[in-house]
Amino acid sequence: MAAAKAVLSIWGFSLACLLGFPMPVLPASGDSTGRPDLQALHAYSEEELALLRSLSLSSLPPLPQDPTNAHADDPRARALGKLFFFDPGFSANGEVSCATCHQPATGFTDLLPLAKGIGINTRRTMPLIGVAYNAWFFWDGRRDTLWSQAIVPIENAQEHGFTRTMCAHRIFDRYRKEYEAVFDKLPAISHTHCPPHASPGVGNAAALAAWKAMQPADRDKVNLIYANFGKAIAAFVRHILPQPAPFDRYVEAVHTKDLAGADTLISREAVAGLRLFIGRAKCTNCHLGPLFTNGGFHNVGLPNASDPGRAQAIDDVLNDEFNCLGKYSDAKSEQCTELRFIDTNRQKYGGAFKTPTLRNVAERPPYMHVGQFKSLDEVLLFYRLSSSNEIEHQQLTETELQQIKAFLGTLSGPISYPR
Amino acid sequence: MGHPCPSCPGKMTTAAEKPADVPQKPTDASGYAKTMTTKEGKFKVAYTSEPEAMPIGQIISWKLKVQTADGKPVTDAAITVDGDMPEHGHGLPTAPRVTENIGDGTYLVSGIKFSMPGWWIMTFTIKSGDKTDRVTFNLQLK
Repeated sequence: MAAAKAVLSIWGFSLACLLGFPMPVLPASGDSTGRPDLQALHAYSEEELALLRSLSLSSLPPLPQDPTNAHADDPRARALGKLFFFDPGFSANGEVSCATCHQPATGFTDLLPLAKGIGINTRRTMPLIGVAYNAWFFWDGRRDTLWSQAIVPIENAQEHGFTRTMCAHRIFDRYRKEYEAVFDKLPAISHTHCPPHASPGVGNAAALAAWKAMQPADRDKVNLIYANFGKAIAAFVRHILPQPAPFDRYVEAVHTKDLAGADTLISREAVAGLRLFIGRAKCTNCHLGPLFTNGGFHNVGLPNASDPGRAQAIDDVLNDEFNCLGKYSDAKSEQCTELRFIDTNRQKYGGAFKTPTLRNVAERPPYMHVGQFKSLDEVLLFYRLSSSNEIEHQQLTETELQQIKAFLGTLSGPISYPR
Repeated sequence: MGHPCPSCPGKMTTAAEKPADVPQKPTDASGYAKTMTTKEGKFKVAYTSEPEAMPIGQIISWKLKVQTADGKPVTDAAITVDGDMPEHGHGLPTAPRVTENIGDGTYLVSGIKFSMPGWWIMTFTIKSGDKTDRVTFNLQLK
């Protein structure tokens, strides 16, 4: 480009000399020359630059501490958690592992509208990318720690269909050495006192009755193993992290004023979409920060409105024996700020679901909590029809929706996890 | 065009649906003062934030200093907290409350979390003896 400009300048100068009057110097941005106006395309105000920086992965703070899980950063726990994550032995039919729905090859999701384990679940598999940065887990936030989330599907009849006692027995039989290297010595758990079919999980009445028939001390023994099982899985899952995407490299380039470089990193259609995303389309009202989420719960007026979402999850998490304030948590109560100051306004959260991360969003259709939309086009069309103080998109043209879609595509990057 | 789910109980309400006494965005810096007199002039209230910068998406706490109109510390106040974003029709994602009466008219307000940048208001209702009054602080967060 520099060479072309030089040639044109010489040409302009020599023509001016020949004709004997000064030639206007062609602007570097002249459309007629076919050259891009890099300033107009990639220059941003100070305020916009700060906003772009806040969305870039370079703004992602270090992996947050998890005071509820004393083993969160123990490499042995991470290695054990990885074994657990991929082990289909923790399921009723020996075929379902965490990785059945959270498949590494497809960004730790399954590309299905509803998760499929032993049966069909009621909601879509959540992406695990950057999950350690969440305050609340599941679409409705019914758990407040990553490890207490990880153990819920194990004893859900539609997911792993396993039981809490079977989980403890399996760890005793198959993982005793690895478990004891990380956690305490495993207590003896007898099949008489801890019958394998006992569990308080969702959807299995017989298992619940067997669980209730157990002695409190036996339930406590099993609960401790079950909690540690979750803590090991969490030690692995918390390292499933996004790596720089074209958007992040673009932000670097515009910050260092390398506008020619910036122009090669994402398409001009995507740049137009980015300007809409941070500007008129107001997407950053909810999708903010380097993970593109406020971590909050919103009812955006989706079809399939019968699911109470967050409104029902408030009591679930407050009553969960594995929550931050519970006896199996390693946190001090003053560290449980999210749970202690939970907004319990159920009216406000009717039909509300978590704002998901947009990192790698283009790679994981379908969308929304039950996969209501097959494509990003459908999602964007829906948001154009929606209107509230928060979501005000109906003025966007077809072209602009395509531009936003192109921008979303620039958020796809590699996902790292412990190998 | 209305909300696509007007009957949804948890839908994002609009500012127009909020009760009367609609807050007005300040037009100058004095509107964002950290020391204010309550609406009916019964108390003088000042806040400091910890941390001072008020980062988005993190739980922070405030210290609230309450005095009578003539400057005496109010040490027996019952205080309730409400945060709102008037232009967006939503409040805080948390439910903050006073967790400690530190003494000398100072109260610790814990559990404040601002979910996005922009104009926020924080309203405190203060009751001491037979006196009740209310104060609203405006904040412009980045």
